[in-house]
Amino acid sequence: MSALRLTVNGGEHVLDVPVGTSLAQILRDELGLTGTKIACNEGHCGACTVQIDGVPQLSCITLAHAVEGEVTTIEGLREHPLVEAFVRADAVQCGYCTPGQVVSAAALVAANPQPTREEIRHAMAGNICRCGTYPKIEEAILSWQG
Amino acid sequence: MARLIRTEKEVEGRFEEVWIVVEEDPLEQWPEGPLEVVGRPAPRKDGPERVRGEARYTADLRLPGMLQAAVLRSPHAHAKVRRIDLAPALALPGVRAAIGPGEAHGLEEEAGFAGAAVAAVAADTFAQARAAVKAIDVEWEELEVVLDPDDAVKREQLTAEPRTYERGDVDKAFADADVVVEGTYRTQTVLHNSMETHQAICEWQGDTLHVYISTQFIWGIRQAVAQTLDLPEDKVRVVCEFMGGGFGSKNGPDEYTFVAAELAKRTGRPVRCALTRREENTSAGNRNATIQRLRAGARGDGTIVAFEGEFRNSVGWSGWNASTEGPMRMLYDCENVRSVTYGAKLNTPPMKAFRAPGFVEGTFGLECLVDELAAKLDVDPLELRRRNYAASNEGTPFSSKNLEDCYRMAEPHWERRHEVRSRSDAVWKRGVGMASQIWYGGGGPPSYAWVRLGSDGRATVITAMQDIGTGTRTAMAQIAAEELGIPLEHVDVALGDSARGPYASISAGSSTLPSMGPAVRAAAADAREQVEDIAEQRGLPADTPLQEIVAVLEESQILGKGARGPNPTGMSVLTFGVHVVEVAVDVETGEVNVERVAAIHDVGRIVNPLGASSQVEGGVIQGIGHTLSEERLLDPESGRILTTSLDSYRMPTIADVPEIICEFVDRPDEHLTNLGSKGLGEPPIVPIAAAIANAIRDATGAEVHELPISREEMLRALREAEERAREKEKRGAPAAV
Repeated sequence: MSALRLTVNGGEHVLDVPVGTSLAQILRDELGLTGTKIACNEGHCGACTVQIDGVPQLSCITLAHAVEGEVTTIEGLREHPLVEAFVRADAVQCGYCTPGQVVSAAALVAANPQPTREEIRHAMAGNICRCGTYPKIEEAILSWQG
Repeated sequence: MARLIRTEKEVEGRFEEVWIVVEEDPLEQWPEGPLEVVGRPAPRKDGPERVRGEARYTADLRLPGMLQAAVLRSPHAHAKVRRIDLAPALALPGVRAAIGPGEAHGLEEEAGFAGAAVAAVAADTFAQARAAVKAIDVEWEELEVVLDPDDAVKREQLTAEPRTYERGDVDKAFADADVVVEGTYRTQTVLHNSMETHQAICEWQGDTLHVYISTQFIWGIRQAVAQTLDLPEDKVRVVCEFMGGGFGSKNGPDEYTFVAAELAKRTGRPVRCALTRREENTSAGNRNATIQRLRAGARGDGTIVAFEGEFRNSVGWSGWNASTEGPMRMLYDCENVRSVTYGAKLNTPPMKAFRAPGFVEGTFGLECLVDELAAKLDVDPLELRRRNYAASNEGTPFSSKNLEDCYRMAEPHWERRHEVRSRSDAVWKRGVGMASQIWYGGGGPPSYAWVRLGSDGRATVITAMQDIGTGTRTAMAQIAAEELGIPLEHVDVALGDSARGPYASISAGSSTLPSMGPAVRAAAADAREQVEDIAEQRGLPADTPLQEIVAVLEESQILGKGARGPNPTGMSVLTFGVHVVEVAVDVETGEVNVERVAAIHDVGRIVNPLGASSQVEGGVIQGIGHTLSEERLLDPESGRILTTSLDSYRMPTIADVPEIICEFVDRPDEHLTNLGSKGLGEPPIVPIAAAIANAIRDATGAEVHELPISREEMLRALREAEERAREKEKRGAPAAV
């Protein structure tokens, strides 16, 4: 066990967890933030995407003790206008990958408020959606009014 | 009045005769076209929960005291446990129980494939459970491995008797045909890879087993678990409020459910058994590979006179022999058809239904062959399809078929081929291809729904169905809102719990909407009629808004009840469509880009055009993956699975998506229920592979015969086409001067 200090969605957490625990596990199992999904648990699919200081990171392959910076999860982005844009565009089917998609998309529009289709495809290519909501995700991000 | 009938029930193209009680379905269908709510685009009712990460999937549930299970799986494709010792696992920290072969359904001594479940452990944490599984001491006896389907067929190592079919006089028809084409087509093994892996949490409370599970069929789980564990069905409660994708792979309980139930029993605590992604890639089912040896004969005028097919399905260690021959039997008006379908029993992971099982594979072979026939006859591929239009399903009338309208709607997309081809250059060749779609999707009884209406004028639809991500929850709300004449925002849908609602359909075989929708409409109509009675007694005019009529009810509630009526007798209920695809092929590297897909489908009435377009896009995209990049690979010697991660198993990303145009005939099937809707989950994945392959032929002249169309296969087909052209030049063409 080792002490861990983590800032998540603006709140401070002090935990005592085994070294080697992933950030995704901490979020889901210790902090109850289950909006961050684990789908592959090895950094291939993007479902676990969170932001660390605004930059999208794969929380399933990020060691919790190695995190430097503020973590933002989907729970911290629930009021983001992209949420409404995703719902309106039907950019959600089973929804399991969707929180990760929104976290990635929020980082994209923060850095580039009016991304082109190509830029969206480039920024979002790490988030797999097996249901194939991709056209609607593109539409949601294009329709986003920041 | 309740009526007992004997009827044919169809799921995923498999039929069985069942007794069912049906209720009369006296409601007239609504008129064609968009209504107040039905037929108009509606964002998902549960969209905000899902998008905001508030929806609780099985993977998110944390029951107090819950233990985590891990499963020991066979590293060998075929082996027997000679000796197993669980003691080293039980001695490790955190371990609460361990079970071996025979101690839970699905844990077996003989492992028929690499990844078969053998033993399991429950521990405080998943890491502890995994460590304990590694500590289990097993002595294996390796057995002979059969991996090649042709080898299995030769040895008659089959999962069932070969299925044969014949109509007409095939030999004579081929002898009389003006033109005959033949070819061997191969499709690969592909994996569902739902984002939420297969998993269940089991908890015993008294003598009742609570099963929280990611499933496509709450009631099927209830029945299978009760039967296997010898419990009354009411002692099994099944809960699935949200689930992260299934695509056919989550229709049954499987070993993880029984492992969780048994370990929960032994420890007196809730136990989760969840597959890892790696296990998902080895042990959660697949679309089986096929080999299709096909032949077609036609007269010079383009009339197809004969089809013949020999189909070899690589079923695996268990599973069923899907109807790969179905499209050949059903898609065209051909008098003479003969097929034999073998299900090869192999030491590979078992197949499971995967989005239109059999028809996806069979349509690839058939629709490529038909285009090869068109080329040989020098007939336009669209025209050839029209000339051989089937007016009935082997003599049985269709409840509705508007494929002709699909073809008409395809024309403007098909006309683009001249312009598309003209954009080819020395390296990138462009072309357009098409393929037709036929599949089931009519749903059926039994299915029930209740509607609860309060004095605030708000309604809740209650039924223990599941929304696997297709948006059926929203469609049910739309149907109820339409029937009740209240806004969509005033309707909620409570689903996902066998203890809190009546029996509901499986969400497979494109059946949720056509099975559940009519039951929901009937329940809403029952409630509406009661409201009308109240209005009459209150002396209110008939057009008084519902909210005003029920406002005096205080705590009283109006409860409506509805059941799915029978399917039309003596009719075939099927879905139809056509895809027109534009591709670009790099003839130097074999790279294939799908640039545009026009998907036109005939599935009866469209309830939610927004959700429907999402289904079509999703099917098309998944189909592009199957066609171009996805393939589960086995080591040909050992039978071990080589592609066990999402890095090696290559699914489409957002960067792979073409322009997709969705169009619907949107005409209610007048013979089918009070709704006239068929299902749409599966149809869009059926024709895409053949349409891509046919577009490749149009662009390059190359005949692709194998999925996935890897660069290797593309370059092979290009080389073959070049040789063919050279041969032709040598033989026929006059020498250049």
